[in-house]
Amino acid sequence: MSAALLEVRNVTMKFGGVTAIDNLSFKVPEGSTYGLIGPNGAGKTTIFNNITGNYIPTEGSIIFDGEDITGTRPNKVVAKGIARTFQNIRLFKSMSVLQNVLIGFHDQIHYNYFEAIFRLPRYHGYERRIKVEAMGILEEFGLAEYADNEATALSYGNQRKVEIARALATKPKLLLLDEPAAGMNPIETEDLSNIIRKIKEDYDLTVLLIEHDMKFVNAMCDTVTVLDYGEKIFEGRPADAIVDPKVVAAYLGDFTHA
Amino acid sequence: MKNAIIKMLLILLTLGIISWANQTLDSYTLSILNNIGIFAILALSYNLINGVTGQFSLEPNGFVAIGAYVTALFLIPAADKIDMFALVDPAPIVLEMQARFLPAIFAGGVAATLVALFLSFPVFRVRGDYLAIVTLGFGFIIRIFALNTPAYTNGAMGLNDIPANANFLWIGSLALFTLIVMLHIVYSKYGRAMKAVRDDEDAATAMGINTFKIKTVAFMTSAFFEGVGGGLLASFLTTITPDQFSFLLTFQLLIIIVLGGLGSMTGALVATVLVMGSMEWLRFLDEDMVLFGMHTGEHPGMRMVVFAILLIIMMLFARKGLFGDRELPEFIKAKLKRKDEV
Amino acid sequence: MDLTTFLQQLINGASLGSMYALIAIGYTMVYGVLRLINFAHGDIMMVGAFFTFMATAAGLPFTLAVLLGILGSVIVGVLTDKIAYKPLREAPKISLLITAIGISFFLENLFNVIFGGVPKAFSAPDYLTKIFHLGDVYLPITVIIIPIVTVAILSGVLWVLYRTKYGMAIRALAFDIPTVKLMGIDADRIITLVFALGSALAAVGGIFYAVSYPSIDPLMGVIVGLKAFAAAVLGGIGSVTGAVIGGFILGFTEIFVVALFPELGGYKDAFAFFFLILVLLFRPTGIMGEDLERSRF
Repeated sequence: MSAALLEVRNVTMKFGGVTAIDNLSFKVPEGSTYGLIGPNGAGKTTIFNNITGNYIPTEGSIIFDGEDITGTRPNKVVAKGIARTFQNIRLFKSMSVLQNVLIGFHDQIHYNYFEAIFRLPRYHGYERRIKVEAMGILEEFGLAEYADNEATALSYGNQRKVEIARALATKPKLLLLDEPAAGMNPIETEDLSNIIRKIKEDYDLTVLLIEHDMKFVNAMCDTVTVLDYGEKIFEGRPADAIVDPKVVAAYLGDFTHA
Repeated sequence: MKNAIIKMLLILLTLGIISWANQTLDSYTLSILNNIGIFAILALSYNLINGVTGQFSLEPNGFVAIGAYVTALFLIPAADKIDMFALVDPAPIVLEMQARFLPAIFAGGVAATLVALFLSFPVFRVRGDYLAIVTLGFGFIIRIFALNTPAYTNGAMGLNDIPANANFLWIGSLALFTLIVMLHIVYSKYGRAMKAVRDDEDAATAMGINTFKIKTVAFMTSAFFEGVGGGLLASFLTTITPDQFSFLLTFQLLIIIVLGGLGSMTGALVATVLVMGSMEWLRFLDEDMVLFGMHTGEHPGMRMVVFAILLIIMMLFARKGLFGDRELPEFIKAKLKRKDEV
Repeated sequence: MDLTTFLQQLINGASLGSMYALIAIGYTMVYGVLRLINFAHGDIMMVGAFFTFMATAAGLPFTLAVLLGILGSVIVGVLTDKIAYKPLREAPKISLLITAIGISFFLENLFNVIFGGVPKAFSAPDYLTKIFHLGDVYLPITVIIIPIVTVAILSGVLWVLYRTKYGMAIRALAFDIPTVKLMGIDADRIITLVFALGSALAAVGGIFYAVSYPSIDPLMGVIVGLKAFAAAVLGGIGSVTGAVIGGFILGFTEIFVVALFPELGGYKDAFAFFFLILVLLFRPTGIMGEDLERSRF
């Protein structure tokens, strides 16, 4: 097993008196696909927000690529090589598909404000280059033909893909996907699995994902951690998770409550 | 390459027309054009923070006032200042402020930019709509300062005999320059980031954008050109007083950018002409009218009632204004495309 | 400063602070439920003063005129929400703010057209213009009545907010609109209630203003509204108690700073602004505020 790219070390997150994450630790090995599963409200998105710097953990630390990034501001976390998607798709609604992806290149464009205002050579150089690169990413996702379409006018499945494409444009080492298959039909889910595998290969990515669709998790993930009420109740292969009595109890509990 | 040449030719052509107009048109027409030119500069820059970046701000009157005062103080000769300052003697620094026209205008812009930087820290570090209330308050405060620092501003009497260097050649060219700068910003990584902040701040952050920095850059840029516009206004009007820079100015600009379509620079330009034109045309509303054989009497403010209703109706029923947040060429392209599809 | 002056200024400050507090509550409640800075709120206060003025001018008894003024404000305030804000609940925030500015400008100019921009003398009945002398302390009856009435009204408002089901609904709404709707509460009715309550308090503030100064003009709500908003932010926007505390702090500050440093008198109207800047810089949640803004997105 290769070294851990991301380590969540004894993280506790409290909101007022409520403990959303309780002393959670896990390691995501470089190059793996790692799943976070658990009933609603188990704290999965909270831990994502801890990793991306949107919430500072009450206790514990986040180690990425050998560096303690706890408390780093969200936009700086992106620069370190962590990109994310959102549970409810959040595309830039006034922009085309291509423009959405171009935003992802923000940190990689090094012309300054005056070079932009006076259209100096570096402006043209960068703009030309990132447009080619962005189209390359869109082609990979089979979205090139929609480049100039309004992003939010696309089908649900394609919007999910644009969001991942946009995250990919930031050149991450670690990609955080928050319920990527939610709301997709089986064919779209299958398509998404293939794309994630392909980009993982092409871009040397490590993927950490939250998902409810156990079939998807089974097919994608090498390892899963199961959370319940902010605590880790299982870590191991997805196939073993489904038969683990504690996991089953947590999900059944969830059903009876719901 | 082809585009660059076309752009160059368009710029030269516009400059040619401006210079021709400046020499041939009568002074009344030119004064209307000058007014439109100054308002175009203000509307374009206001649109950057409000329309493109989506941060609701009410700053123009404050920054225009700063630009106007700073530019005026640089332009008025020292001897005239000593004569003019009736309440107290002018402060030594006021007497030392001397510059030629363009540097004076530039100084007005820089002064407004610095104030914008100062205001950015309290308003952009927190979430919420504090920008609007702080800038609204600032517009009032600047008046209080102008009234209470007579050694710098000559108090309520204001500054007059400001050298009238701002002809249409200057105003028109600077308006064109503002338009080009704004469009270049919009079509750069900065403009994209500003729009991203407007559309979804969290998602923008998740793309690595420092939203505080981007908002501050947009706000300072707006302030700079509003300061420049203020300087031009001072030199165009030759007299300025604290009461001149009231909220009315900001309101007119708000109407303009909403009508043009928040975020559309070319829209702001077209709307400037429309709104400034109809302000002239609707002047009769404020005057005595005969309705059903009865005199209504003068009622200043009637036009503003009409414009306020117009603004509310636009927000309720036509939020996109003329061009939405597209620029004119894109707008035409999209319309044509739709026609093709039908 | 000797004791007499101190007492004098303390009472003046309480009276001024009362006015700010009454108006600040409307800002804070509307912000609480809609996350909207209701720019027209200061003008609602002006409307209340003008309705009272018209009613007294028409010869109605003062008490009735006050009630009509309050009613006028409530109607205008609620209509504003129904006509201009309600259709925009799902719209981008900036549309709502622009509309609020539009309403504010509309009201100011409408009253300007109807009544002219020249300040109108506001005639209060004789029993409100009496002046007492307590030793050397000079006490117009209004500076005594205003804080007392204010405290009474505020206790009423707090009672409504914390002891009635309507108050509970308002506080729940401030927390989370979609959830409240799911719970079967008619959110729109509650929002109407918030506008009605806020407008009524603003009208009372406006009438106090009119009686104290004693003149009114169509732009009177602008700067007072701005200050009251600053007071609401100072106290912690969204918190009613905070708005009251913020209002009084601002009232006392204005009075005492000018009393101690008369040369700053010209800047009196700017204090609120500096408070606003300082609060935003150092404690954005205000004195009593919940941590509404702390997300680091």
